[in-house]
Formats: sequence, structure tokens, C-alpha cells
Amino acid sequence: MIRIANGQGFWGDWLEAPVRLVEQGPIDYLTLDYLAEVTMAVLEKQRQKNPDLGFATDFPPLIGRLAPALRQKRIRVVSNAGGLNPGACAREVLRRAPGLKVAIVKGDNVTARIGEFVAKGHALENIYTGETIGKIADRILSANAYLGAFPLAQALAAGADVVISGRCADSALLLAPCIHEFGWKTDAWDLLAAGVTAGHIVECGTQTTGGNSQVDWRNIPDLDEIGYPIAEMEPDGTFAITKHAGTGGRVNSDIVKEQLLYEIGDPRSYLGPDAVADFTGLCLADESPGRVRVTGARGRERPPSLKLNINYAAGWKAIGSLVYTAPDAIAKAQAADRIVRRRLEKLGLQFDEIYTEYLGWNACHGQAAPPASEVPEVQVRIGVRGQDRSAVDRFTREMAPLVLSGPPGATGYGGEGRPKVREVVGNWGALIPRGEIQTSVEVFE
Amino acid sequence: MKVPLSRLAHTRSGDKGDMVNIGVIAWRAEDYPALAREVTAGRVFEFFRDRVAGPVERFEAPNLGALNFLLHGALGGGGTLSLRIDSQGKTFGAALLRMEIEIDG
Repeated sequence: MIRIANGQGFWGDWLEAPVRLVEQGPIDYLTLDYLAEVTMAVLEKQRQKNPDLGFATDFPPLIGRLAPALRQKRIRVVSNAGGLNPGACAREVLRRAPGLKVAIVKGDNVTARIGEFVAKGHALENIYTGETIGKIADRILSANAYLGAFPLAQALAAGADVVISGRCADSALLLAPCIHEFGWKTDAWDLLAAGVTAGHIVECGTQTTGGNSQVDWRNIPDLDEIGYPIAEMEPDGTFAITKHAGTGGRVNSDIVKEQLLYEIGDPRSYLGPDAVADFTGLCLADESPGRVRVTGARGRERPPSLKLNINYAAGWKAIGSLVYTAPDAIAKAQAADRIVRRRLEKLGLQFDEIYTEYLGWNACHGQAAPPASEVPEVQVRIGVRGQDRSAVDRFTREMAPLVLSGPPGATGYGGEGRPKVREVVGNWGALIPRGEIQTSVEVFE
Repeated sequence: MKVPLSRLAHTRSGDKGDMVNIGVIAWRAEDYPALAREVTAGRVFEFFRDRVAGPVERFEAPNLGALNFLLHGALGGGGTLSLRIDSQGKTFGAALLRMEIEIDG
């Protein structure tokens, strides 16, 4: 059995979590997931400004801090912290933790190859909308293939203490050590699916140990000291989900089920680069307090294509808000919205979308919210999005005047100041045949 | 009798492009048939009709006592395009708990 822990569910997760996972109990592998879909576009902008950037900058100092314990306890790290620049990430890790053997996985970054793919006849049509790539071809910021676990396992086989990849399937971070330790083959669909399933359960960190859970949330203990998830993997593809003894949070089968369904689409066909996992044969059992045994993972042959994550420049947006108070808070907020919209219209500004919602009333629950009764206060939040930056910028100057010229009782403007204009990044999913993506491993010592 | 969905199930939701994924899990395995009967794709679409372009797909995982819903065109573009406070659909699951369903009294 090997213990694989996940210490980051996204870039921005709790900085202490990986340190505690290493210090508070036994683990064999530490995975750290930094990349959301939109992260790659952010990293590309950073890399354009400075060719030594483009990776998760939290990662090297973390490894520097962990290095003595990693060596002493023989814990190996697998992370997608490389983003768009795994080489620069590896050099920075070695600067902070000299003596560690670091390997990078290359091949996911195809930003420069989109034209080549199209010329070869790959349509790269949007898997959600069916639109053709031509619509965004001149606005692409980044394009990455979701790699599977085998190149990462190859890096472990090369003896790396720290494996740094760019874009790979989140679950590959956990599957790679399983492949390396247990010798799972490329066509062992049930076993690979078991690794994908376990990887999915832990990839969002504490969402499987009691964070963001509706299961008796008031009584989940010590969320300030919440333990991050550990998958205890067996060579036969069964596993247990647990966390270190004495940590906060809770692991039980109801909570694990919430995470199992999280953002998956069809539970019979959870697509990954290495296998298609079927969750409908799984059996979850509360083996002991804080430990859920998972059996029955089934898999089918991997898809012939890999998914591409393409980010493109999609214009500009800004969001402004004001707070109105009782009496008639909602009516005042709605009147303010009408004034702003009329002014924008009379200025002749063009937007792709103007969206208004009322925080404190129905912004999250929409028509399911209780009727607009007398709420003591409500925040009107108006957002605009469009291709013309100057129009969006002009909108940011149309909120403040309402404090003096709109309905009575407006506040909440001064604290945040004028709304900021932000660049919008669109996300485009497409497919590319596997043969177009070549991966390689490079070892740094 | 009519009860809110929260009596029978818990939920978690999140985004997938411009789609929202909502997992609906029965508290007790024996309530799964009632969930499967009452919480149809059509009713979920109706429930979110003010914000979701549709369609709504439903998937079944009886081994987990669970249904999974995929709401297409649900986030005003998804990712950073969305102008909504809940741009990733994190609260759709909690909203759905308000849905009234019919159970044997």
C-alpha cells in the first residue's frame, strides 16, 4: 500500500497544508494541484512580461521549506506547478532546495502549434458549442493538452524526488505514483480508472475531508485545522480515503460522495487521458471513523484524443456595486439600475452583456429566492462586458454619481473605489489526436 | 405530502465551462427511488429557468444513491466571461435544496 496525499486543491489554497501533511503523519507521495483552466492564461501573461515566469510561484519556496523533511522521510512530490514554464520552475526549485533530483514533463504546451494543427486539418472545434476555431484564432493566449499520468510516472522512474509537469489531468498527479509503484499497464483500464477515481476524490483537497460540505457542517470539528486528504492505494486498485489522525474536518462516505460527483458530468463516463472511469459500480464503505474504503472501480479504453485547453482574449469587463438601505431597499436598488442603464444607452456605449443582480435578495438563488419582502439592505451589482475597453472604462464612472443623484440611502461605494476594468479570458475546449502530442522528461540535478 | 428536497438529499455544485454540475445525494439509500421519480431533468430546468438556457441532462448513480445534473448555458459564458457573483455555480446546489418534492406522507 502507498499513501498519496494532496496538499493543494488550487493555486491559492492553504499554504500550511503541504507542510502539515508531511509533518503530521506518514505519507509516501505529496501531490500539489495548482492549475485551473483559466490559470494557464494568467501564467502566459506573466511569461510574456518575464520569460523566467509562467509557473506557480508558490511552489519553489514551499519545496525549499519542505526539503529537509522530504529527504528524511523519503517523500516524493508530484505537481503541475510547472504551468507554462516547467524548466524555469525546476531551476527555481533547485536554487531553493539544492541536492534534490527534479524532473520536468514537457509536451503539453501547444500554444505555438495551433496554426500547424489547423493546417493539418484538425478542426479544433469547441467541444461544448461546436463553433470552429477560426472564431478565436487571432486571439489565442495559451493552448495546452491535458497529459495523462504515464509521462509523470516515467519521471518517477528516472528517480526524481520532485516531478514538475505543466497541464495534465488533475487526477494524473495521483495516478502517476500508482503506475510507478504497482507497474500498472497502459491498457489496465480498471486499475487506471481506480487511480483516476481516487485522484478525482482528492484533487480538490479538503472538499473530501469536510470542507464545503453540507453533511452536518455545523458539527464538523476544527475546520481551522482541517486535514488534507490521503488516498491509501492498493496494487489491486482498491483504496481508502482518509486524513492524518488528530487533524480537523471529517471523512465519511456521505462527504466523499459529494466530491465524487463534483464537476464530473456523466458518472458512467468520467473521461481522462488514460482511461474512462465508470463511477456507477463503486462501493463506498465507512470502514472505521475517518476512513472510507472504495472498491468496484471500473474502466474502459482511453479516448483516442486528448483534450486541449485553449484560452483566448475575450474583451473587457467591469463590475460596480452600491448598497441601498430600507425602507424600500430593493425598489431603490432597481431604480438605480434603471438610471445606470439609461445613461449607458444615451452615451451610445456598446456591450456584449449588461448583467444586474441583487446581493442579499436573489443573486444566488434567482427565482427560487423568497419574494422581495422588506430586506434591511441590498447590494445592487452591475456588470458590463464588451470588446471596447473605453466603453467598459466609461461604465466604471457611472456608478459613483448615483450616491448624490439617485434614490436615497446609497452607501458602500467609498470602500472599494471605482470599479476596475479587467481583461476577460475565454476558455475553449477542443480535441486533438494523441499522435500530435509528444511528451518528454528532462532531469535536473 | 410536499417537502423541500433538503429533507431527502444533500448537494454539491460547481462549473464545467459554461455548464453547472449539480450532484444530488440521498441521505438514506431507501429514498433514492423518490429522488429519481421527483427530481427530473425537466423539473430542474424549470427550477433554474430564469438563469439557465438549457438543456439540462440527468445522470443516475443508484450505487451512490445519487443523481447528477448538467445544466448547459448556465453561467453567462463561464470562466472569467461571467458577470455573476456566483460565476462558478457553487451555490446552485444549495438553491436546489428549496425545490419542493412529493413524498409518501
